Amino acid sequence: MKRQMLALAASAFLALPGAALAQDKTKACFIYVGPIGDFGWSYQHHQGVLQLEEELGDTVETAYLESVPEGADAERAIERFARSGCDIIFTTSFGYMDPTNKVAGRFPDVKFEHATGYKREHPNVSTYNSRFYEGRYVQGVIAASLSKAGVAGYIASFPIPEVVMGINAFMLGAQSVNPDFKVKIVWANTWFDPGKEADAAKALIDQGVDIITQHTDSTAPMQVAAERGIKAFGQASDMIEFGPETQLTSIVDDWGPYYIRRVKAVQDGTWEQSDVWGGFAEGHVVMAPYANMPDEVKALAEETEEKIRSGEFHPFTGPINRQDGTPWLAAGEVADDATLLGMNFYVEGIDDQLPN
Amino acid sequence: MFEDILITIATAATPLLLAAIGELVTERSGVLNLGVEGMMIMGAVTGFAVAVTTGSPWLGVLAAILVGAAFSLLFGFLTLTLVTNQVATGLSLTLLGLGLSGMIGESFVGRAGVKLAAIRIPYLSDIPYIGRLIFGQDPLFYVSILLTAGVVWFLFRTRAGLTLRSVGDNHASAHALGIRVITIRYLAVMFGGACAGLAGAYLSLVYVPQWVENMTAGRGWIALALVVFASWRPWRLLVGAYLFGAVSIGQLHTQALGVGIPSQFLSSLPYLATIVVLVLISRNRRLTMMNTPASLGQPFVPDR
Repeated sequence: MKRQMLALAASAFLALPGAALAQDKTKACFIYVGPIGDFGWSYQHHQGVLQLEEELGDTVETAYLESVPEGADAERAIERFARSGCDIIFTTSFGYMDPTNKVAGRFPDVKFEHATGYKREHPNVSTYNSRFYEGRYVQGVIAASLSKAGVAGYIASFPIPEVVMGINAFMLGAQSVNPDFKVKIVWANTWFDPGKEADAAKALIDQGVDIITQHTDSTAPMQVAAERGIKAFGQASDMIEFGPETQLTSIVDDWGPYYIRRVKAVQDGTWEQSDVWGGFAEGHVVMAPYANMPDEVKALAEETEEKIRSGEFHPFTGPINRQDGTPWLAAGEVADDATLLGMNFYVEGIDDQLPN
Repeated sequence: MFEDILITIATAATPLLLAAIGELVTERSGVLNLGVEGMMIMGAVTGFAVAVTTGSPWLGVLAAILVGAAFSLLFGFLTLTLVTNQVATGLSLTLLGLGLSGMIGESFVGRAGVKLAAIRIPYLSDIPYIGRLIFGQDPLFYVSILLTAGVVWFLFRTRAGLTLRSVGDNHASAHALGIRVITIRYLAVMFGGACAGLAGAYLSLVYVPQWVENMTAGRGWIALALVVFASWRPWRLLVGAYLFGAVSIGQLHTQALGVGIPSQFLSSLPYLATIVVLVLISRNRRLTMMNTPASLGQPFVPDR
């Protein structure tokens, strides 16, 4: 209920400014799941918007709504944007998938862009995503090279394909260095609760992991790792300031280039439905500078990153077995995108039981 | 490791206890302030901002207490002087706090914080198993325990405490006896605000030394629930806060151990535990009625 009211309050405040402005500008609108001050997922989207404003200057006008809960409220928020004259609306969380498509059906002249989803039910809906798993694989390689305990802690948010895919990629990367590597997984069941994320990190460290990686959005796990003197990976943004001697690297989301490209396309009248899934090669996923590791590990990480970027290697290349030991990919076989986007199983070597 | 877990539990319980003990006093005076979350987040952002700017976490703590009290004064003015609806006003206080803190804290997002260092009493904190738990924690942990003891003493051993409780139980009679109901309620509301502010500072200066929007993540609401859970008794409140902390930390450990229990179930355990205890308590209606401040949430307009 609290979040609901928040969104209502937010929409009341933020939807106002845009309504009365000039027509010749392209209006790009954004819906965020968290506050722009989360220094994680929503923060990075907002950084992309700032890049967009800088690049397109006076020809673009932007508006955003933050902390919009996924579900029925989202539909109201999206519809409000559509009515207020937005030319293109970016909905930046998986849970906005159905509301986005619903509203898109009612507003055929408005362009919709949904992040991390797969439904494009109307010609005016595009989807975009980043291949974060490429970065996760590199993290796995680093973790297995550095960990003395042979076990890493993984703070996960929700058991959706995106997160499961990340865990699997991390594990495959780690296994490429140490086949017996273990990972302890804690599901926080939240994207953002610094206190709980910190507690999860402490619990994992108390159980003997010496490297932490997270798929939640706050910098709290990094701080705990720094305090306890172990290493950790950042998430979504470069968190080096919170662990100057702790952060190994971070998967940084860079949405700016995509936002600039798509809004330009609207201005030129060349916007078309698309499904973009960019990784290292497209610049969607950037690794924060490798730090706090020996040179040979750094070299290995850079080499792995380069191989993935050039397309020489795909993190999900067989032979890979499922958790129960049954074969999934034969030797040399590469997972197709559809399977990855719907991933709901673990690969072999993960002890956790996947919640469903 | 065992001691580490206990310390983690204490860290999780302390902000809840701090915020709840203040709200307990407020409610004992007959005022229901649902704005705990808002006052807490204001304390968190102020504490962080002042600590980072001045470099002194103690100044941050002080500022958080003052801002929490000042923010609650707004609630007091609206509900006590202007006699607005307490529930609605409390909810708006929370919304206002969440929004305002985001605005104030904008330039502090992504900056490394200052941590209030733990106390270390030489030799004593080296005692195995319990040394650090009892003698080596952060100062605010001790404050929370002393505060609880202080509130017990104040409410049940002093004349002023008796007066405060009488205002909460029957404001009309208290007024007839010449007690200044509104003044006492103002003070109780401000105490609640100060404690919530302190709890917020605990989050941004001890728990996770950083500022991010919404960082209280619903802890103010849990504190509110704990007050009912404890049936307005300070020591029970302490037990409740630690129980809640223990279940929240315990579920994370259970997960990390790889026990095959669904994580969604484990995550809901602290809340389930709260509900179960609430049900058990409310089975005895007479006892519940006896502890509930009878004028709780009711507006009071003195006749002149």
